[in-house]
Amino acid sequence: MIKTHQLKKSFGSLDVLKGIDYHVKKGEKIVVVGPSGSGKSTFLRCLNLLEAPTSGEVWFENNLISDKKADINKVRERMGMVFQQFNLFNNLTIMKNITLAPIKLKIHSEQEANENALRLLDRIGLREKADAYPAQLSGGQKQRVAIIRALAMNPKVMLFDEPTSALDPEMVGEVLEVMKELADSGMTMVVVSHEMGFAREVATRVLFMDDGMIVEENEPKEFFENPQSARLQDFLSKVL
Amino acid sequence: MFENFFGRLDSAFLSGGGYKLMVEGLFNTILIAFCALIIGVILGTVFAVINVTPGKGKVNWILKKIASVYITVIRGTPVMVQLLLVYFGIAPVIKAFQISFSVALPFSSIKIKVTSALVWAILVFGINSSAYVAEIVRSGIQAVDKGQMEAGRSLGLPYSITMVKVVLPQAIKNILPALGNELIVLIKETSVAGFITVFDLTRAARAVVANTYDAFVPYFVLASIYLALVMIATYFVRRLERRLGKSD
Repeated sequence: MIKTHQLKKSFGSLDVLKGIDYHVKKGEKIVVVGPSGSGKSTFLRCLNLLEAPTSGEVWFENNLISDKKADINKVRERMGMVFQQFNLFNNLTIMKNITLAPIKLKIHSEQEANENALRLLDRIGLREKADAYPAQLSGGQKQRVAIIRALAMNPKVMLFDEPTSALDPEMVGEVLEVMKELADSGMTMVVVSHEMGFAREVATRVLFMDDGMIVEENEPKEFFENPQSARLQDFLSKVL
Repeated sequence: MFENFFGRLDSAFLSGGGYKLMVEGLFNTILIAFCALIIGVILGTVFAVINVTPGKGKVNWILKKIASVYITVIRGTPVMVQLLLVYFGIAPVIKAFQISFSVALPFSSIKIKVTSALVWAILVFGINSSAYVAEIVRSGIQAVDKGQMEAGRSLGLPYSITMVKVVLPQAIKNILPALGNELIVLIKETSVAGFITVFDLTRAARAVVANTYDAFVPYFVLASIYLALVMIATYFVRRLERRLGKSD
């Protein structure tokens, strides 16, 4: 579904990604772990081209989307993204946050978009917050709304950029719960996270990134119980 | 100074009929300031968006250069010089807005003369204001968290829609106090419009002084009216701030 070929990204003289080759298949739940500064967020942001790759290719559903001529807005309609800082639109109500893109991009009529938004709000138990502004929500509520805002576009794949890192500890669970339900529903997901429990439980593959490279990748059981590289062993000994 | 103040007030404005001049002047001053503010905010926002829009294209580069020269020139010259240059230097050559008609204010015998000078004054003050507003709006846009734009783009929304629907409303809310300041400056700056024959509030007061040979009372009243205008404008800006603050 998403394929990268020799994906490289530099900021000035700093090489953040040093040539990533990876293939995310339909229905997979990929969790990317690694120390901070390893390039995992940059990798994720290159997948929907929020960061423009310095070189290399990104393919999505057999289209070369890193090409200059690709219609990146059309591609992003089918790739949802959830951010560490939630990034709900502060000037709009929760309802408008969810319906802005589907209405403006003519995915739904206004009425359909509203009904769909209420259905999604029901799913996360926040229907009564429809007319509230983001500032009136807790961090966990904001992130759950951010997830359904992305879902309202009916994406084929969801990208999560450290979705629980900015949350108070007691709110991590409610967000992971929504993500688990999403995973169970068959959504293809790529998740950058420090939540090893989530990786173990939900991931189909776990990637370990360090220094701009994928150092190791495996299915979760093997990944955690039988790490091969010294760097992964060292990393796991610190986080587990 | 203040001896027989009310007697002089009466002879200057009431029995002398000066109030008609002042009402006409006040109307023109408000008209110029209000229209110039609208032009300033619209043009200023356009230039601000040009300045913050990323991109490596040629069109983008040219627009940015134009915006930069525009802002530098307009902010670097006095508004009065701009008025003189445009009205006496440029307007006679390009012969635009050659209009002249009167509109009677209701319930009075006061007539407002709409002249070419009035239209030029609105344009010059609007353009002048836009250069300052452009810088204010630019700082407002840059103060909005860049995650807001990224979130919009990640949903497939184009840059333009995200800018208009998400970033600009938050930017405008942030900069309302600065925009209010610009309105205050604008109201007071219009007092030089008389130099290009516009019958504004200050020119009206000068006419009253010429009629009565009393310089203190008319100018004192003039100052009071400007003060009142600024206080009223401040009140409305505050109310707007509170209304837009509901999402906090």
